[in-house]
Amino acid sequence: MKPDPKGVLTGAHYLDGDHACCEGALAAGCRFVAGYPITPSTEVVERFARRAPLVPGALFIQMEDELAASIAIQGAVWGGKKAMTVTSGPGYSLMMEHIGLAAMTETPCVFVDVQRGGPSTGLPTLPGQADMMQARWGSHGDYEIIALSPNSPQECFDLTIDAFNLSEEYRVPVMFMMDECVGHMLERVVIPAADKIEIYPRRMTKLPPGQFLPFKPGPDLVPEMFKAGDGYRIHVTGLTHDFRGYPDMSPEIQEQLVHRLVDKIRVNTPKIIRYEEIDVAKADVVVVSYGITSRVATEAIAQARRQGLKVGMLRLIVCWPFPENRIFELASQGKAFVVAEMNYGQMVLEVERAARGRAPVLLAGHGGGTVHNIEDITQKIVEAQKCRS
Amino acid sequence: MSVLKELEKATAEAPAIGCAEHPMDNFMRMDRMPSIWCPSCGIGVSVNCFAKALEKCKIPLDDVAVVSGIGCSGRVAGYVKVYSFHTTHGRALPFATGLKLANPKLKVVVFSGDGDIIAIGGNHFINAARRNIDMTVICINNFNYAMTGGQVAPTTPGGAYLTTSPFGNFETPFNLPFLAESVGAVYVARWTSLHVYNQTQSMVEALNKPGFSFIEIVAPCPTIYERAQKMGDGLDRLRWYCDNSEINNEAQTKDIDIRLRDQIVVGKFVDKTRPTYLEAMNAHFKEILGERYHPYEG
Repeated sequence: MKPDPKGVLTGAHYLDGDHACCEGALAAGCRFVAGYPITPSTEVVERFARRAPLVPGALFIQMEDELAASIAIQGAVWGGKKAMTVTSGPGYSLMMEHIGLAAMTETPCVFVDVQRGGPSTGLPTLPGQADMMQARWGSHGDYEIIALSPNSPQECFDLTIDAFNLSEEYRVPVMFMMDECVGHMLERVVIPAADKIEIYPRRMTKLPPGQFLPFKPGPDLVPEMFKAGDGYRIHVTGLTHDFRGYPDMSPEIQEQLVHRLVDKIRVNTPKIIRYEEIDVAKADVVVVSYGITSRVATEAIAQARRQGLKVGMLRLIVCWPFPENRIFELASQGKAFVVAEMNYGQMVLEVERAARGRAPVLLAGHGGGTVHNIEDITQKIVEAQKCRS
Repeated sequence: MSVLKELEKATAEAPAIGCAEHPMDNFMRMDRMPSIWCPSCGIGVSVNCFAKALEKCKIPLDDVAVVSGIGCSGRVAGYVKVYSFHTTHGRALPFATGLKLANPKLKVVVFSGDGDIIAIGGNHFINAARRNIDMTVICINNFNYAMTGGQVAPTTPGGAYLTTSPFGNFETPFNLPFLAESVGAVYVARWTSLHVYNQTQSMVEALNKPGFSFIEIVAPCPTIYERAQKMGDGLDRLRWYCDNSEINNEAQTKDIDIRLRDQIVVGKFVDKTRPTYLEAMNAHFKEILGERYHPYEG
């Protein structure tokens, strides 16, 4: 379906990534944002607070902490809104509890994490990419999520719409993994006309109350939804629950529910994964990267090519689920990998796992605070080429 | 077949007891009975009062949402046949905030316990009251963490013995009505499980009251709290409430601390009016933004 034009700021703008993310959310139909200020994400909610009163049906509320913000959005979703919350590392840690709740109750919503250097308070105003494993594994128990990583303000707009669409399609919390550089980088952002944007409606049930089983999945393992006030009077719980939504502590229901929560992403992974490949076919070394680091890696690849090396790039757009089959294919073709990321080894573990020992995998790591030195990545590319031969 | 399975099977096959239609059929999820609550627990009394209050208010059940956190009282949401949300520990209030703001036509009620609402959820409680979110909070105060086996709570009276206060509690407990009033609740009452009529009447008033209304229910927990204090069983406790409760609607909330084996002051202490969150928001934006602003209705 097409979005309400009142939420779409059609035109060419000069925006930073945070503001572009806010505009993407509005275009996607997000009408409820609950936030708590934290650098470097605050500009997203500042813009939403300013925009919401002039977009019909939109509401911003600044909550008392990130725990509150991350569950207020879920109340809003069950009340019928599309909703998101926005934070950075320390706040993201607090939100883990409710990422688990959203996964368990299959509440479609978007969590934006504008990553900064950590751990703990770390580097409040400076970049990091060290929350990638937290995004995947941060809440307790077994679940799967989807995570996207934009590398420009334009993608902050475009991919925020995709984040909302994916959350509705699969009824999962979607992690929008920005970083401080992309969040604060100003670039041209083109916002199309509303009728050129595709947004996914919520998958509401058409079954009448009494016949509708709220947690009985459809063929793609995703159940249909309802909203409070529509006559269904249904129970939603973070406890293990049966098709009716009733708590059930049996191992059989745990297996039925949690296995499906995991499988609904794993089975649909081929439809969800998304990456950009540049000159991979003829490359000896493939640089795997994402977010701002992918832009630094582009220059490192250019340097390495000037030294005569054959280098390509695989940029993760959807980081979770991870494109492990593609990595395995490339590893099987004898290519070596350099994983450039602003941490000391997170997504590199996935690349190593997916390569299954068939190719050398080197980390070009960095603690954050600034982007990589280009030469450091170039050096790793040279090393990878040597490992290969 | 395990003993539990056998019991479940026997329960499922047993003929219905008593009348074919239970008066609570329309309100309770009868297919979830029996509840997990112990005999003589005060929570069920309040659920019954709540059902009666909804009936008296003539609020359609399709418009009612009950949100609970975690704990014995947190299980209320699962048993009432309205929209019900069993959320995370302490976070019922911010969930309810989002739900109410997204869909203001809903009558949103938070039903949960003292540990959930006041300890782990304390920050959310004071801020929801401050904002005057239009919701009713029914807080069952049994003075301990009962679901986990009886640990000391921020409401536990001084001197009370619980598993994590094995030598008696030395902390100062919260006085819930005083706390609620001081952070801006527009309606504040306290009753015990014995005060069935008053409790119901307070729920009616709270449900009809725009803004953040708060009712504390002092409830027996005979399995844990009363037993640990050697206060007898549930019936003994109700008799004790009968002999030791003083109804005083004029009491100042600052004066009504609950002490171990001391008189409990009950009543309706606060009933005032101030703009709800959405009323304040709509009025403010209208004033500042004029015709450009369309009042928010959900």
